[in-house]
Amino acid sequence: MTIDLNTLLQFRAYSLPCPEKQAIYASLLTQLTQFHRTHCPAYGRLLQALGCPEHMECTVENTPMLPVSIFKELELRSVPEEEIFKTVTSSGTTGQQVSKIFLDADTSAVQQRALSGIMADLLGEHRLPYLVLDSKRVLRDRAMFSARGAGVLGFSVFGSKTCYALDQHMELDLDGVRAFLEAHQGEPIFLFGFTYIIWRHVIRVLEERGETLSIPKGILLHGGGWKKLASEAVSPQEFKARIHAVTGIEQVRNYYGMAEQTGCIYLECPQGHLHASIWSDVVVRRWRDYSPCDVGEPGLIQVLSPLPHSYPGHSLLTEDLGVLLGEDDCPCGRAGKYFQVTGRAPRAEVRGCSDTYEG
Amino acid sequence: MTNLEKYDQLFLRAFRVKPEDLPTLKYRGIPLWDSLGHMDLMGDLEETFQISLSTVDVLDFSSYEKGKEVLAKYGVEL
Repeated sequence: MTIDLNTLLQFRAYSLPCPEKQAIYASLLTQLTQFHRTHCPAYGRLLQALGCPEHMECTVENTPMLPVSIFKELELRSVPEEEIFKTVTSSGTTGQQVSKIFLDADTSAVQQRALSGIMADLLGEHRLPYLVLDSKRVLRDRAMFSARGAGVLGFSVFGSKTCYALDQHMELDLDGVRAFLEAHQGEPIFLFGFTYIIWRHVIRVLEERGETLSIPKGILLHGGGWKKLASEAVSPQEFKARIHAVTGIEQVRNYYGMAEQTGCIYLECPQGHLHASIWSDVVVRRWRDYSPCDVGEPGLIQVLSPLPHSYPGHSLLTEDLGVLLGEDDCPCGRAGKYFQVTGRAPRAEVRGCSDTYEG
Repeated sequence: MTNLEKYDQLFLRAFRVKPEDLPTLKYRGIPLWDSLGHMDLMGDLEETFQISLSTVDVLDFSSYEKGKEVLAKYGVEL
């Protein structure tokens, strides 16, 4: 089965069972590997160094993969420099190198469409009042986007009437939030934020002040992990319970994603499992020889996506550890692989979206 | 003010362009009409015309001219 990327973008987010997805991906990944090899000389040299043959018939499991950290060391692009309109930088803390991801208009547009398809599964087609659990400050520099700013803005397409819950000093603006909730009483509210920002600047603050908010129809999406706050990390169940206690929000969904493959995020289903949509895939690999793990066996997460066109980021070995839980058989009914992220690889630099905040 | 005048005003103010630039104005064609400027424009349009744009239409709103077609779907005649 061969279809092009535009056709794939018309499908629903969790609609392809394994055999179809494997066949479509084999064709798209083969073309894409060839395209990047031809258009990004540095990528071509890397494949040569890895001993990849000139023409490869790629599959999800044998597509050459680059370590995600390569974007910190090399400026990799597969389109002329003048076609790049945005450079997304990823998760650099002071003293660490940042990744640079070069986006042209097409790549950015398909990433946005994939994200819309995934979010439609959570929010529906209509834009909802949008409560950002962060400060407007993260949007300040337009040219060099931080991962946090890119997240807040990326999800803003799904919101209308935006309200920022934190002021420029990262203080919770309780009056502002209450006025916003008052204006949208009875409506579903879309909330978005980074896990540790929500924990430190919303949940803990409400708890300490003995204040509560009433957002029973809220749908909270959060991501980015704990990273620098790892010592304060609580279980997903406790996180949900504590959120619920201070805000009344019932629907709390985590997501896994990275700037190196923007758009095709892995959204948590009501069962608490992260799901690959039809616009990306995961392979969990053994530490010792990078062979694919069995279901239930922990390993390193590889992410694949047919979306990256302006940079060779279609097959990346992350620094995250995870476990594949199954494929096509999650009780929630979504097709595709589902998995869990369990932590960071031991030797990886400390890194996570929320880490760009130094507060 | 007619709807078209209101529509034009939003672009002129948000993107600091001249009226003669409007017909060829495209999303990402100028630095101010980036994703941040886009979401501000969508908010202004919703407020001005008392409509609520869907996600698909926000993404379809790719130029000054295309925007007129999008608004027509919401019964806003320009």
